[in-house]
Amino acid sequence: MAGTKMDINTKVGAGKASPLKIALYTLLAAALIIVPLLFEGFGWIFVTHIMALVGLYVMLALGLNIVLGYAGLLDLGYIAFYAIGGYSGVIVGAWAYSHAKVLGPFIYFMMIPVAAAAAALTGIALGTPVLRLRGDYLAIVTLGFGEIVRIIITNNPFGITNGPAGLPRAGQFIPSPLGLEYMQNHWYFTIPGLGPNGFNFQFDNNLYWYYIVVLLCLLTIFVVRRLDQSRLGRSWAAMREDEVAASSMGVSITRAKLWAFSLGALWGGIAGLTFANFQQFVSPESFTFMESVFVVCTVVIGGMGSIPGAIVGAVIIQGVPAMVQGLAAAGKLPGVDPATATIIANYRFLVFGLFMVVMMAWRPQGLLPSKRRAAELAEEGEAAEEESETLYDAQHDTGMPGE
Amino acid sequence: MLNLIFAQLINGITLGGLYALIALGYTLVYGILLMINFAHSELFMSGAFVGLGVMTLLTSATVATKYPAMAPAQHFFTQGGTAGLISMLLITFLSAMVVVGIMGVATERFAYRPLRHAPRLAPLISAVGVSIFLQNAVLLWISPQQLPFPNPFGDSVAFTIGTTSISTLKVVIVVTAIGLMIALDTYVSRSRMGKAMRATSQDREAAGLMGIDINRSIMLAFFLGPALGAVAGIFSGMYYGSIVFNMGFIPGLKAFTAAVLGGIGNLRGAMLGGFVLGIAEALGSGFISTGYKDVIAFAILILVLIFRPGGLLGESVVEKV
Repeated sequence: MAGTKMDINTKVGAGKASPLKIALYTLLAAALIIVPLLFEGFGWIFVTHIMALVGLYVMLALGLNIVLGYAGLLDLGYIAFYAIGGYSGVIVGAWAYSHAKVLGPFIYFMMIPVAAAAAALTGIALGTPVLRLRGDYLAIVTLGFGEIVRIIITNNPFGITNGPAGLPRAGQFIPSPLGLEYMQNHWYFTIPGLGPNGFNFQFDNNLYWYYIVVLLCLLTIFVVRRLDQSRLGRSWAAMREDEVAASSMGVSITRAKLWAFSLGALWGGIAGLTFANFQQFVSPESFTFMESVFVVCTVVIGGMGSIPGAIVGAVIIQGVPAMVQGLAAAGKLPGVDPATATIIANYRFLVFGLFMVVMMAWRPQGLLPSKRRAAELAEEGEAAEEESETLYDAQHDTGMPGE
Repeated sequence: MLNLIFAQLINGITLGGLYALIALGYTLVYGILLMINFAHSELFMSGAFVGLGVMTLLTSATVATKYPAMAPAQHFFTQGGTAGLISMLLITFLSAMVVVGIMGVATERFAYRPLRHAPRLAPLISAVGVSIFLQNAVLLWISPQQLPFPNPFGDSVAFTIGTTSISTLKVVIVVTAIGLMIALDTYVSRSRMGKAMRATSQDREAAGLMGIDINRSIMLAFFLGPALGAVAGIFSGMYYGSIVFNMGFIPGLKAFTAAVLGGIGNLRGAMLGGFVLGIAEALGSGFISTGYKDVIAFAILILVLIFRPGGLLGESVVEKV
């Protein structure tokens, strides 16, 4: 263990020293800041919108990565935390706003800890009863949990969630966050000669939330990296590889699992709150089981336990289909007439489904698996098979009929 | 009050029969490959669509005017009394079972077989891909809207108990479901191929060493499961009166719940789980709240898994070190 830790530290240190890496990161940061401005100016506003949504998916994927990638617990109901973050933030925020209107611009920021705490506590509430379950059984219970949360929200308990119609209720609104109105009213300019339709920049809702989401993603990445290298992160790795062995080496499985559930849920909650504020609306429709599955796909296609993988996965799962549709809707696919564009937009999910099948056959470990995981993967196939056979034997000695 | 309980009980048993038929598909595949075949709900949906296509071919007047050769056969199917009705249904069900069974085998061949030694999550993602593909294929190539599904039994009532009348369709659904389950159970426990399947599910490698063609066992599981799912698909089309490309999702989730409830991998468990879930749901929606009936289903599942992790008929799992 000590060896692993030192290796990681040297790697991080080496990364900081290399001038090439510094240049690369600077370039990346500049692109993150400037590219959406260009899209806005040239009239491709929907791209900024998609980029912000992709950012939210990155957060979700990083959060689920803690549970799935680090701790090795398959959670098929992760979207429930997204829902709980969104709803708790909006409900508590509306209550606070109704009592003190002056808080309006700060509501979103004040609600971040509320949403995070609500999601993390729910994570513990889910984690406690399922401590003994593992593998597929855990997956199924979390799936049931995710559905229960969605159904309860749809049924409008005590009249607080407004059922399928969603929040805010008619006549209410989510207060605009600090500075957004000012920026919208003051930050605009036009350069007529630039591009076919001129460069018309107008700071808008999409840009504001895009930058918030980018900051949140950076925060998530920072914390998640720290977690992975921490004592807790090492106990997750040990637990993931062999729960019994880890437990006998002194790792508290209860503690490690509950931390994984609550720390994973926390990011889902913050992302949910941001999503609700960005869309100015939250309804149970956004939190279906398929969304949970898509977050799992993001993590797996990117590469489990890998931070760059989560980003690439989010771009592929959330970004590409949305971009195809957006481009087709805006008539911006080069050299494609509107009729063909509609067909392309309609076929995007069909192709997406095929892509997932091909992708898994081609690179089952994901596009950018983490280095630590990549080293383990050579043995993983066998180990997984052995483990599940044990589980299955015990069940099946008397399980199938006629024995 | 008693009437309401009774009526809901009948609905629950009908629904349970459908769940059990779908659940068998999940459990057969899980029993052999230890994977959750997420595409199964889409095969169930495909069954309904194939069934609708065949039924239209056999009975629709538009088809008869277009292809006059079909007219005499159609006359028999629509006017031929019980014999005509039964033969029409048999052709519909058998063709849907074969087509969907082949779809299941093809899914296994192209989406799952290349992943047999991949990390555990890979087949799951692949299955989600197949599921998305099939849904969108039906959406794009057949119809994005709900299609009406004919009920060949009409409003006919099989018998009346007290003031509750029980429709013929419900009786047919329950009887067929139970019949198919007994047939499957007998096949798996008595026949040579069934024995091979059981051996494969116990220990794939050892079964292979004993000369069992494990690929054939796996293909058989992927044929039988979806074929039963297709039957459930046609019945649910008749029961609810319409079908749509995403109709598979909720019943699929419920049936999967049923399979786990009974002890996944265990055939009799899936049947029991289906009926328990169907009845619990019908009673729950009758007496507690329609909106919360899905919560009831999942809450039962979670409680069973927490207190009896192997499911109702499964053995509890002890991890070996």
